[in-house]
Amino acid sequence: MLIEVQQAHFDPGERLNRLHADHLGVGAVVGFVGYVRDYNEGDPVSGMWLEHYPGMTEKALTGIVEQAQARWPLLDVQVLHRVGQLEPGEPIVFVGVACAHRQAAFEANAFIMDYLKTRAPFWKREATPDGERWVDARDSDEVALSRWKTD
Amino acid sequence: MIELQFFARYRDVLGSSGEQLMWTPELSTLEDLRQLLLARGEAWQVLAEPRLMCARNQELCTLDEPLADGDEIAFFPPVTGG
Repeated sequence: MLIEVQQAHFDPGERLNRLHADHLGVGAVVGFVGYVRDYNEGDPVSGMWLEHYPGMTEKALTGIVEQAQARWPLLDVQVLHRVGQLEPGEPIVFVGVACAHRQAAFEANAFIMDYLKTRAPFWKREATPDGERWVDARDSDEVALSRWKTD
Repeated sequence: MIELQFFARYRDVLGSSGEQLMWTPELSTLEDLRQLLLARGEAWQVLAEPRLMCARNQELCTLDEPLADGDEIAFFPPVTGG
């Protein structure tokens, strides 16, 4: 497991390739990359500031990955989330999951992203022509999370 | 002592990223602490938002979570990472 929170840019392709390098038992790698869009809620977006809760962020991400590991047979997991100033087109987040077979890899990746979106302490503030604004949480993200509840 | 922290929009509205607050036995849950802060005035009503999130010692919790001396408590709006 590798959890990273950093300001620096990263190469999603290099991240993806790294996921099967150490395990010849890996038959499937699923990677998700989230990018900064140049629009939101109908307005142009010229940049974004990512704030987080240092200390808790890493714990929350580790906890989410541990839940996924308890649920699916994962050979490796990498989560990288950027913070600070980001421009449209730049990658924000990478979640990569390596498994023997594809179904677990697809599901575990979606699970980690759904929990990250709703439980990890990150906040986006975006720059629009009318000034800066905090991005509102979407109800659809909570709905996405509910599909993983087992009770 | 309670180590109190505010993030994102709440920090902006309150004009503060946090403070240290004396713990007393009356502050038995996070809800007690929130009520104390709400009584401070207008800006603090941001903590009355129904979607408020909170954490005790860097773990998400609910407002009925017990509060103890030395805790690090954070209040923040719904998260928007990813």
